[in-house]
Amino acid sequence: MNTAASHAETPDDVIEIRDLNTRFGAAVVHRDVSLSVRRGEIFALVGGSGCGKSTMLREIIMLQAPVSGSIRVFGQEVVGLSDEQALPLRRRWGMMFERGALFSSLTVTENVVMVLREHTRLDAALANEIAALKIALTGLPPDAGSKYPSELSGGMRKRAALARALALDPELLFLDEPTAGLDPLSAAGIDELVRQLRDALGITIMMVTHDLDLLWRAADRVAVLGEERILGNGTMQELAQSEHPVIREYFYGPRGRGAREQAWNRK
Amino acid sequence: MNVPTTPRHAITQAAADIRPGATPRDLRCEGAWLLRSAAQTEARIEACLRAFKQPVEGELLIDAQAVTALDTSGAWLLHRMRRALETGKCTVRFTGLRPEFEALLRLIATRTAQPAVAPLPAPGVLARFGSNAWEGLLSALGLLSFLGASATALMRALVQPRRIRWRSILYNLQTAGAAALPITGLLSFLLGIVIAYQGAEQLRRVGANIYIADLVGLSMVRELSPLITAIIVAGRSGSAYAAQIGTMKVTEEVDALRTIGIGPLDLLVLPKMIALVIALPLLTLYTDIMGVLGGMVMARAQLDVGFTTFIDRLDDAVSLTSFLIGIGKAPVFAVIIALVGCYQGFQVNGSAESVGHQTTRSVVQSIFLVILADALFSIAFSWLKL
Repeated sequence: MNTAASHAETPDDVIEIRDLNTRFGAAVVHRDVSLSVRRGEIFALVGGSGCGKSTMLREIIMLQAPVSGSIRVFGQEVVGLSDEQALPLRRRWGMMFERGALFSSLTVTENVVMVLREHTRLDAALANEIAALKIALTGLPPDAGSKYPSELSGGMRKRAALARALALDPELLFLDEPTAGLDPLSAAGIDELVRQLRDALGITIMMVTHDLDLLWRAADRVAVLGEERILGNGTMQELAQSEHPVIREYFYGPRGRGAREQAWNRK
Repeated sequence: MNVPTTPRHAITQAAADIRPGATPRDLRCEGAWLLRSAAQTEARIEACLRAFKQPVEGELLIDAQAVTALDTSGAWLLHRMRRALETGKCTVRFTGLRPEFEALLRLIATRTAQPAVAPLPAPGVLARFGSNAWEGLLSALGLLSFLGASATALMRALVQPRRIRWRSILYNLQTAGAAALPITGLLSFLLGIVIAYQGAEQLRRVGANIYIADLVGLSMVRELSPLITAIIVAGRSGSAYAAQIGTMKVTEEVDALRTIGIGPLDLLVLPKMIALVIALPLLTLYTDIMGVLGGMVMARAQLDVGFTTFIDRLDDAVSLTSFLIGIGKAPVFAVIIALVGCYQGFQVNGSAESVGHQTTRSVVQSIFLVILADALFSIAFSWLKL
């Protein structure tokens, strides 16, 4: 699969990060990190726990500000943007949080409808229909819509969170650990879903994950974050041949080997 | 791989439209079928289908060559229109649809094959009344069984005193008792002033100035000071109990306690209840003093009744029985407040809103029950002629 070629007509990068520096007090998280995500690709950010993957994601969606550096999304600088200026951008992306972050006092359908009605002028009936469609798209059973988040299992809650992230038909979708805490079957369903969404809707997807299976199956390009910088950046095949000890450890550790062999066997 | 590559926001083409085609067997779609104009698109479809005479059987063609953009909401409208047209023997086929749009439409058709569940109709007035009454009854029964469970836990703890969590009791004494001193003291002092001020006018008129000590002493010590203290503590600590336990339920900490083998009642309820049963009578004694002090200040200012005269009269006016009745109510109030606060905390069902809801209920219910208990005490004491 060659993603880059099929995008020759729009070579622009959806996300472009230049010389990003992040510190929490004395602890340096990112040191001059640069990377870019191309339109229509499934991009994964991996790395050990606490290496600043989620922090980077939060900086891109403006929940947190870096110390210095530039982050451009859809060609627009987001560092230092006011909430008002950020609104048009925020309508063009969707974020699925690691633990769902569904509004606990609303049903799943209401969670999706709320986003739709905030940003469009749909009447209630059509908004409900579109919400039901998004819920169906994520593979939830139809009766899940009338349930409250606390009544759902972990996997269903993730799907519901994805349905909310897809509410506005975003061009860019952020997934924070989309398969963490899911059983292998549900996780495989998410792999499939991520690919289908990209193929059918042309969404650019940026995800943070630990899940090697998901990386092998879904990711077009992967960046490994560690030691405060990007250690490697490329397709899974390229990274699997990297000489860097941290990357080798990551991919050739006991679990990495299994996932890789599975991926080869499938091919 | 088919990826629609045009950034959707940049599309500035004509809005979505649909109209009858050249023959009675075809329709023509065009424009951008996107979420932002979905409401208008829906209206266009309805208008077009109303005017359209649908063939009974055979194939209906929808020419979608001029569709320039399609997102899930637009695809949903197309899909819904197809389903509406495919009645009887008529079949619908889209022609000229871009491959990526076709893929999207297929995805939606497969994912929505299951019929959507119709939402339950909203219950009527009678049904709501019934379910509220039933819930009220269940809540009362639940409170009763919670009282029973707490009493059992207390008995177990008394048999095995090692199970009592002294540190937690001391901590609760500090937060529910000592920390409440300033506010309860200030309020009862002000209450004493108010009562003395209201009484002063009447007493001066009949020249019974000295009876100000009876008025302030009896009303504060016997009724008002236990009540005001209990109400403040219900608002301060009862709500805190409900919110704390409720949040722990949301984060599954209560379940974790059970798993580790620690009874939630032992750890969360008993220390609070024991601490409050100790703290509330002490607080009441303190508010007795502060309330009478307020009355004394006012008596000297308004009625020229000096402190010594006041205290001499207080000795005769307030019997030991009255004093003990006032203090004796406090432990009962304490049990009510701790019980209701903790019970409502355990009733939280996992949402942030329910924490707020149950906290509110805990305050309202405990104040209600405290006043109810006070009324019952009054009736009982008048029977007993105390």
